[in-house]
Amino acid sequence: MSKKTSKVIELDAVVVKFAGDSGDGMQLSGNQFSDTSAFAGNDLATFPDYPSEIRAPQGTIAGVSGFQLHIGHKEVDTPGDLADVLVALNPAALKANMKWVKTGATIIIDIDNFDNKYYKKAGYIEDPLGDGSLDGYNVVKAPISQLSKATVKDLGVDAKSADRTKNQFALGILYWLFNKDLKFGEEFIDSKFGSKNPLLAEANKRVLRSGYNYAETVEALRTTYQINPIKNRKGRFRNITGNVATAWGLMAAAERANMELFLGSYPITPGSEILQELSKMKHFGVKTFQAEDEIAGINSAIGASFAGDFAVTTTSGPGLALKGEAIGLAVITELPLVIVNVQRGGPATGLPTKLEQSDLMQALYGRNGESPCVVIAASTPANCFRYAYVASKIALEHMTPVILLTDGYLANGSELWNVPEIKNLPDINPPFVEDNVDYQPYERNPKNLARYWALPGQEGLRHRIGGLEKEDVTGNVSHNPLNHELMVHLREEKVQKVAEFIPELKVSGEDSGDLLIVGWGGTYGALISAVKDLQETGKKISLAQFNYIMPLPKNTAEVFGKFKRIVVCEINLGQFANYLRMHLPEFSYQQYNKVQGLPFMISELKEKFNQILEA
Amino acid sequence: MAEEIKTEQLQNTKADFKSDQVVKWCAGCGDFAILSAIQSALVDSNVRKEDVVFVSGIGCSSRFPYYMNTYGFHGLHGRGAAVASGLKVANPKLDVWHITGDGDSMAIGGNHFIHAVRRNIDMNIILFNNKIYGLTKGQYSPTTPRGSITKTSPDGTIENPFKPGELCMGAQGSFFARVVDTEPKRMREVFLEATRHRGTSVVEVLQNCVIFNNRIHSEITGKEVRDDHQIHLEHGKPMIFGKEMNKGLVLKASRLEVVTLGENGVSEEDILVHDVHNPDDTTHYMLVRMTLPEYPVATGVIRACECVSSYDAELELQMEKAKKNSNFKSVQDLMEEKSFIVE
Repeated sequence: MSKKTSKVIELDAVVVKFAGDSGDGMQLSGNQFSDTSAFAGNDLATFPDYPSEIRAPQGTIAGVSGFQLHIGHKEVDTPGDLADVLVALNPAALKANMKWVKTGATIIIDIDNFDNKYYKKAGYIEDPLGDGSLDGYNVVKAPISQLSKATVKDLGVDAKSADRTKNQFALGILYWLFNKDLKFGEEFIDSKFGSKNPLLAEANKRVLRSGYNYAETVEALRTTYQINPIKNRKGRFRNITGNVATAWGLMAAAERANMELFLGSYPITPGSEILQELSKMKHFGVKTFQAEDEIAGINSAIGASFAGDFAVTTTSGPGLALKGEAIGLAVITELPLVIVNVQRGGPATGLPTKLEQSDLMQALYGRNGESPCVVIAASTPANCFRYAYVASKIALEHMTPVILLTDGYLANGSELWNVPEIKNLPDINPPFVEDNVDYQPYERNPKNLARYWALPGQEGLRHRIGGLEKEDVTGNVSHNPLNHELMVHLREEKVQKVAEFIPELKVSGEDSGDLLIVGWGGTYGALISAVKDLQETGKKISLAQFNYIMPLPKNTAEVFGKFKRIVVCEINLGQFANYLRMHLPEFSYQQYNKVQGLPFMISELKEKFNQILEA
Repeated sequence: MAEEIKTEQLQNTKADFKSDQVVKWCAGCGDFAILSAIQSALVDSNVRKEDVVFVSGIGCSSRFPYYMNTYGFHGLHGRGAAVASGLKVANPKLDVWHITGDGDSMAIGGNHFIHAVRRNIDMNIILFNNKIYGLTKGQYSPTTPRGSITKTSPDGTIENPFKPGELCMGAQGSFFARVVDTEPKRMREVFLEATRHRGTSVVEVLQNCVIFNNRIHSEITGKEVRDDHQIHLEHGKPMIFGKEMNKGLVLKASRLEVVTLGENGVSEEDILVHDVHNPDDTTHYMLVRMTLPEYPVATGVIRACECVSSYDAELELQMEKAKKNSNFKSVQDLMEEKSFIVE
């Protein structure tokens, strides 16, 4: 075959979705293409969508693993509603994803897997290639499995490994389609397999190139696309997922506080990756303690905090429920502790790999007694770094547990991150005390009501604390009724005082208008995209996205007061809306809620907001 | 442990370890004797008061930290072992003691107990076993003998009791000892050995609850019977016991058997010699399982094997190695590793 001529079209943004069997390497391909696009200077946002079973039956809908990627020449805030390009390695992947594909999209299929056997597994009654359902789409029927195996035939890799290279073939097609440099893809493969298995690395690289060459020659692909580097953006960048950003934010805080980081944790989806990432960081003085359960995870962290480490525990929804009693222990012993909750669908085991924002009430109130603690939420994969740092700073300086809420969407999603300078981040100064001072464990700094932190090993500061009610100042056990009331108030006031140390709420858009969209945490990308689109059409709409939830920013009422209507959008039944009703009852709140284990789509938000504006 | 921290002789007295808090256990409670013996053992162990931390869970025993003039942390029911683990890992220089009871560590904290033992973190777990829930006023515990009538088992318990020593061995414990609360001198010696052991030391104290389970251990501790019903084990010595010191333990067909010296041609040479350091815990396991009336109950240090290094020591080695092999000075270097600059 000879090289064909093709034209290049410049695009502002494109959404690509990889889909195949879990085990086909869809997550790997997605990450590989993300990194390549990041190096090429594109803005990006990604979202992996995988089943909770490790290897669900091959070829079935339940076993489909996907990875969506949005790359842009302009700013990209979400992984995109619908895909411009779908890679479907089998019929199940096609069937599961057709509703998430734009009309007229390019669909690249592995024709070798499109036969009656696989149609049946996917639940197709008729051949989807012959029933007209793909009319109007640009379908590229590539013999991906066959050509991948042929490419590595003389390398001597085993049949299973040879078959698993097919994701690279599909990826090679995309490298050609989007004019990406294969060099980045090859480097990615080397860093993944190179040292461990050079033969496998070579096989994957060959297949990647083979896919590229195939695309260059096949007639079905006549046009390639160019997404130019994003403009007006300077500095140091990299692609980062929310879980990694969280881990690094905690590490940066430990470094600035000049403390060792202790993580007591128990593996749970989708939070485990923070534990995994931190377990590789011993060279930074990071100690990870994989506990026997969630309860031991947090209790070991409390022990480490008492000993003077910067202590953290990480979990997801059900784990937070198990940690409730111990969070109360950190509240009453007034020890610094960061609790990261990567939210997922509930209740009980619920939807472990899907997204939900339904742990807000649990974070705020899911404990016995009057048990206040600070609750903050990250709102993009990259700003998990910033809010992990902020959570650490508040915990360490205010001597309180802080719950940081992220979610499965932020945790596994990735975006381009403007790498900050750690030395320019705000100072962290925990209230340590000198040896041999006259120490009272519950004496407080009047500025923020934090008690002082004496560490075992220090001379002249021996003291005992614990879960029984404390006498004010001395910290001795006390059952005195008035003392208990005083301590309940002090603990509450201490948390409320944090409001004086956090930034005020800012809105995106005009300070006043017809409609204020209120969101919190991980819905930021979809909400800001929808709001910006409507602003461009002249609508008087703004967005207030909350990162600080307990306490709320001081100016919240002031912000709300300048809008005619408020709609609170959440991936739950309205937990934040109800929280606002309780704290700021003078406003009336409309709600937009979705609880499908899926993120908001920009299109549905715009439709809803337009309805409200027109009502 | 203690000797690594300071080699100079500290002039601590027992009074130095007493806090200013009023001890609020019931008059006649076995806990008083344990408190006193631990304070004495700390004098013997020559440890800086500032380096000692007592951690506890919930129960009568768990008030212990408030009575010690050291650092102390009174945690949640059953979770003391986890708190103590985190504390020791965070600062391995500390001398960490976890005080617990049969409810606290065999029931609600059973999981934490076995995993603490399995990890072999260098700390001392002192388990006050009175075979009853005292603080909640008399319900049966996981160590209450089968058939016992208690507030929650009016017709007798129909559960098999745990033997803490069996759990400890099953979790590959490196140190297990059993003492009775009526023998202060022996308690003091055993606690000292426990704190010197590098790894998790479990000491089961057969402790009397004067209110809800009075005399539960009297068949073992009573003056009249104790010599015949207890065998006090000492490393390197033959396993001989009895008022007349004429009974001993031998191994016969893979089972322990009580024999009488001088009968059936049995002489001292036939008697088993106690080896606390033996990496193979088979004999230790048989010793912890011995119950009346067939056997005497074993007391003293039953197992003390440092054949596997402690978790905290291993972790320190891994940390040192990681620091030596890393080129990163700051988290900044990591963050910039796979980054690129847009001009």
